[in-house]
Amino acid sequence: MADARRKLDIAVEAGLVGSARAHDSAPKHVAGEALYIDDIAAPEGLLHAYLGTSGIARGRLLKLDLDAVRSAPGVVAVLTATDIPGANDISSTHLHDEPVFATEAVLFHGQPLFAVVAETREQARQAATLAKAEYAEEAPLIDIAAARGAGGRLVTEPLKLERGDVAAALVESPRRLQGSMTIGGQEHFYLEGQVALAIPGEDEDMAVLVSTQHPSEVQHMVAAVLGVGSHAVTVEVRRMGGGFGGKETQANLFACVAALCARKLKRPVKLRPDRDDDMAITGKRHDFVCDYEIGFDDEGRIHALDAVYAARCGWNADLSGPVTDRALFHMDNCYFYPAVRARSEPLFTHTCSNTAFRGFGGPQGMVGAERFIEEVAYATGLDPLEVRRRNLYGAAGRDITPYHQRVEDNIAAEVIAELERRSDYQARKAAIREANRKSPIVKRGIALTPVKFGISFTATWFNQAGALVHVYKDGTVALNHGGTEMGQGLYVKVAQVVAHAFGIGLDQVKITATTTGKVPNTSATAASSGSDLNGMAALDACETIKKRLTEFAAKHWQERPEDIAFLPGLVKIGAREIAFKELVAAAYLARIQLSATGFYATPEIHWDRKAGRGHPFYYFAYGAAAAEVAIDTLTGEYKVERVDILHDCGQSLNPAIDRGQIEGGFVQGMGWLTTEELVWDRKGRLWTHAPSTYKIPVASDRPRIFNVHLLENAPNREPTVHRSKAVGEPPLMLAISVLHALSDAVASVGNYRVCPRLDAPATPERVLDAVERVRAEAGR
Amino acid sequence: MRETLRFLLGDRLVELDRCDPTLTVLDWLRLDQRMTGTKEGCAEGDCGACTVIIGWLDRGRLRYEAINACIRFLPTLDGCQLLTVEHLKGADGSLHPVQQAMVECHGSQCGFCTPGFVMSLLALRLNEAQPSVSRIEDALAGNLCRCTGYEPIIAAGRRMDEIAPREADRFLQGRETVAARLTALNDTKTLSLQGEAGRFYAPATVEALADLVSAYPQSTLVAGATDVGLWVTKAMKRLDPVIYLGRVEALHTISDEGEHLRLGAMAGHIDVRAALATLSPQLDELMRRFGGEQVRNAGTIGGNIANGSPIGDLPPALIALDATLVLARRSEGRLERRAIPLESYFLDYRKQDRRPGEFVEAVLVPKLADGMLFHASKISKRFDEDISAVCGAFRLTLGADGRISEARLAYGGMAGIPKRAAAAEAALIGRPWDDEAVAAATAALPQDFTPLDDMRASAQYRLKIAGNLLRRFLIETTQGATETRVAGLLAEAGHG
Repeated sequence: MADARRKLDIAVEAGLVGSARAHDSAPKHVAGEALYIDDIAAPEGLLHAYLGTSGIARGRLLKLDLDAVRSAPGVVAVLTATDIPGANDISSTHLHDEPVFATEAVLFHGQPLFAVVAETREQARQAATLAKAEYAEEAPLIDIAAARGAGGRLVTEPLKLERGDVAAALVESPRRLQGSMTIGGQEHFYLEGQVALAIPGEDEDMAVLVSTQHPSEVQHMVAAVLGVGSHAVTVEVRRMGGGFGGKETQANLFACVAALCARKLKRPVKLRPDRDDDMAITGKRHDFVCDYEIGFDDEGRIHALDAVYAARCGWNADLSGPVTDRALFHMDNCYFYPAVRARSEPLFTHTCSNTAFRGFGGPQGMVGAERFIEEVAYATGLDPLEVRRRNLYGAAGRDITPYHQRVEDNIAAEVIAELERRSDYQARKAAIREANRKSPIVKRGIALTPVKFGISFTATWFNQAGALVHVYKDGTVALNHGGTEMGQGLYVKVAQVVAHAFGIGLDQVKITATTTGKVPNTSATAASSGSDLNGMAALDACETIKKRLTEFAAKHWQERPEDIAFLPGLVKIGAREIAFKELVAAAYLARIQLSATGFYATPEIHWDRKAGRGHPFYYFAYGAAAAEVAIDTLTGEYKVERVDILHDCGQSLNPAIDRGQIEGGFVQGMGWLTTEELVWDRKGRLWTHAPSTYKIPVASDRPRIFNVHLLENAPNREPTVHRSKAVGEPPLMLAISVLHALSDAVASVGNYRVCPRLDAPATPERVLDAVERVRAEAGR
Repeated sequence: MRETLRFLLGDRLVELDRCDPTLTVLDWLRLDQRMTGTKEGCAEGDCGACTVIIGWLDRGRLRYEAINACIRFLPTLDGCQLLTVEHLKGADGSLHPVQQAMVECHGSQCGFCTPGFVMSLLALRLNEAQPSVSRIEDALAGNLCRCTGYEPIIAAGRRMDEIAPREADRFLQGRETVAARLTALNDTKTLSLQGEAGRFYAPATVEALADLVSAYPQSTLVAGATDVGLWVTKAMKRLDPVIYLGRVEALHTISDEGEHLRLGAMAGHIDVRAALATLSPQLDELMRRFGGEQVRNAGTIGGNIANGSPIGDLPPALIALDATLVLARRSEGRLERRAIPLESYFLDYRKQDRRPGEFVEAVLVPKLADGMLFHASKISKRFDEDISAVCGAFRLTLGADGRISEARLAYGGMAGIPKRAAAAEAALIGRPWDDEAVAAATAALPQDFTPLDDMRASAQYRLKIAGNLLRRFLIETTQGATETRVAGLLAEAGHG
């Protein structure tokens, strides 16, 4: 195993790395030949499980009569908590607050109570509706206000970040203001819903095929629920039909129930909830209320900031601790606060347990940061972009984050300036101001917002990865690593790294399904870390094999090791040039090991949560977006008309894939901040439980003018894999520009004197409300 | 009577003697045929991951249309051709130009929605040469992608005909052969199909339909199944028997009868849109926004009305236009027809004036006369493929003196049924069409409606919008140069 701290100094060179290769599965995607879990040919004797769920949000389960379920057509078995041989606990953060099946306390509407197994999925689904449950029902706490009103029970330890004496700094600030912002949640709406297929083997063995971002966690959860060692459980996933964080922990339930049923019945069992049930049961992006007080001056400089970020966490902790932590880690975005205090309030509510979602709390923190800027801009009468610029992190003295990490790679000012130029922001802004004067109903708005996103899991131990690389006698390569493919193009990026390392074609590298049987103890494919971690681990394995091959070649052909190089299409051994496969064939005969594991652990990072201090992020990814919108002041309807983006991917491993992440992340973020609204009724039932009522962007919602550029000549300062930067999450936050463009358009009705304080999601209804509020305030 | 279901799956003739009446095309493909390229994303016709293409003979002409397999019942494919993503590759394994374009443009990420997009793009290619970006967006409005942000998929839509000319597409080249095969399958016999879960009837004539509805008054009449499909996939209802109207050719007819248009109950939204667009561009835009393309292809005017939804978008428009509904039933050996004002069909929430044995046969829509002003607006969270928070449609008749002599203000989403605003209408009569008229009508709206709070909008917003749409109407009819729309055809045509 290589030294994890070793810096692999990799030259940036032409070749496979950096080329805009298509997604490895693209030809299969378009032909319907890419297999998802539900497409895999069913094993002989397959049964189907379905979950029976609670019909109330809060109360005690007095009686659960399952006779009608048992006697329904096709039903083979009904399982409850008493059928669990191991632990009735799938709490991912080990707080023991997440049972597989409720036994007494019912904590949200849709909580699993039992599973029914039948010959067909339809039969199981029908039967699940026949349970008769009796409850002692209580009034549920649905939202943040209700949770606070009832005492503000927390699901996990809150976090406080503090630097300087914020109370004193607020007092000393020339001006102060207070405000509050609500920031909505978001349903992942992965197109492929949750699904798991469990196949029992001999002894206690269980193979689980599951749509998950975190095979190792599923493995450990299944083992715990079944009461067996992790070595008895193998979890495999070739691809997901989307994840976005929604399959980081949320797949555990479905995998564990399928495995439990399979174990009990000694037959393969598949569990695939209907979309509506999936949406009701699984967690979502946390909605937040951010209460803030800002101290600032007439020049728009922030002196002090005190903010509380309260989150609706749902019925258990799940990942709410790290999610609310990351919100605080991004409450600065690109801005320096001379004195700052930020506190999280991860609140217990009787709703689904909110979870990871692309950005992982960061977007909510950053939306707050941009609101702070906007408040100061309207209070001082300065252009919001100018206020942004004046508060950017800068040189020593202005480069320390609220968590005491020094910002060493800051390029925000350059990115903003370049985008301002490319998007012609100032001229367009002036033109919009002018046009709005002549347009009584439709008003336009424009905003340019930056992004700085910290890269690394804040749980430092997750920043490790393993890979397994086999070179076969014919020179072809099988690649496996702990990262999962959910559409983000991780597999092809890592394959490019491997092919590049050996100097072989991409078609010589076979990408194999992620399985706990090949690479153990992996981290979730999350936190944008997939290619950073797995690319390095795979490269490490390649380097190990190359070292062996080099030593062999040096000896075999009597050359110095430093005269041996793996070049595109050939290996140079002194003056001799041979094909990679010839070298491999020779090495095999000489009994050289052609397989290696690789390992990587991110260097330099550390984090002391209790102290609120450390260096949690290896580096930051930057970007900026300028959005222009039109709003209808009669209806609140709007259209995003143009977006310009400049985003920092470091030295991109694959510009086509990265561009896809930027565009897709942006549109997903735009949906979050505009039309995607989660609504629960008073009984705690999710009202928006299907795409008919929950509206993610469609094709016509994307900006017609969409200029997306990767920042050129911007290799990562840190020695990441080929000096690339993580790209999964950061672009989502570029969409904050849309919220602020809408806000700018709203502000026009008050002649830009009243801060619109437009909350998210900015549905047409919220936009119209803001228009009327601004009009009323401006008229006073 | 014929007791065998017959259709083409690609080139292969499928004949089934038994089939459940509500077996979905998707389940049949995935579970029975093990053709898993077509995906289930939502099972309610909203996400488009299950998009397939139906080839059907519309009065002798072969039409290819994208539909949602998840809410389409298999027996409704009688006499049709079903194309799935598995049928696209060439015999040599080469990708179809649509597939090739998607790969080249990086149109797939997770890939789960991709087969649906491929099928929607193929349907577009088969129907239109050089579609505009707007048309590509419309054609894809019923396909959700959560990964790409759509830009590369739109690019693929523009690229596909460059890779290979559409005229050379093998599905267009093979039209005549397919049409001939389908012609041979189409007869005038009633299809009667038994399955474990019930019986399915598909009559081919109005008379046979009337007989069946009369014989089975408790049957479920199915047109496009864009709502009934959900009764099955979501509410898990068992429907028995099912009477499908799609094979009754006479019900598809749209005719111009001088003063009015006559729209057969089974006229699809695409055709109805084209017909109503001749009355007003406002109707063109309203219908552009019905569901997604797959729903517009499957859905019918009769279904949109007979379903009785308080948020169907055609009823407000048609009520404002003073449309007449024609119902028919078998009575003593003859067809008995009843014509009623459309507004009187809607009695109460989900309760309609449809008598035992009756079915909707046609809608008569009067054209706009001189002096009439018309407006239709749909307000929803998302522009495309969303359900109205409020749908408002208004027709004003101005007298020679410029004053309003008749007002028909119809709203959806404001009550349990699509409903006229009687008090607001009264407030308009006798007034010039101006700001004061709008203010008076707006002030009267709370007498007409007590809307609900729900996941689409608050009651307060609904009421506010209901009035503001009158203002939009006024501006659009009196201040032509003022921009009032931020998206859609009307925005592109000048109100934007």
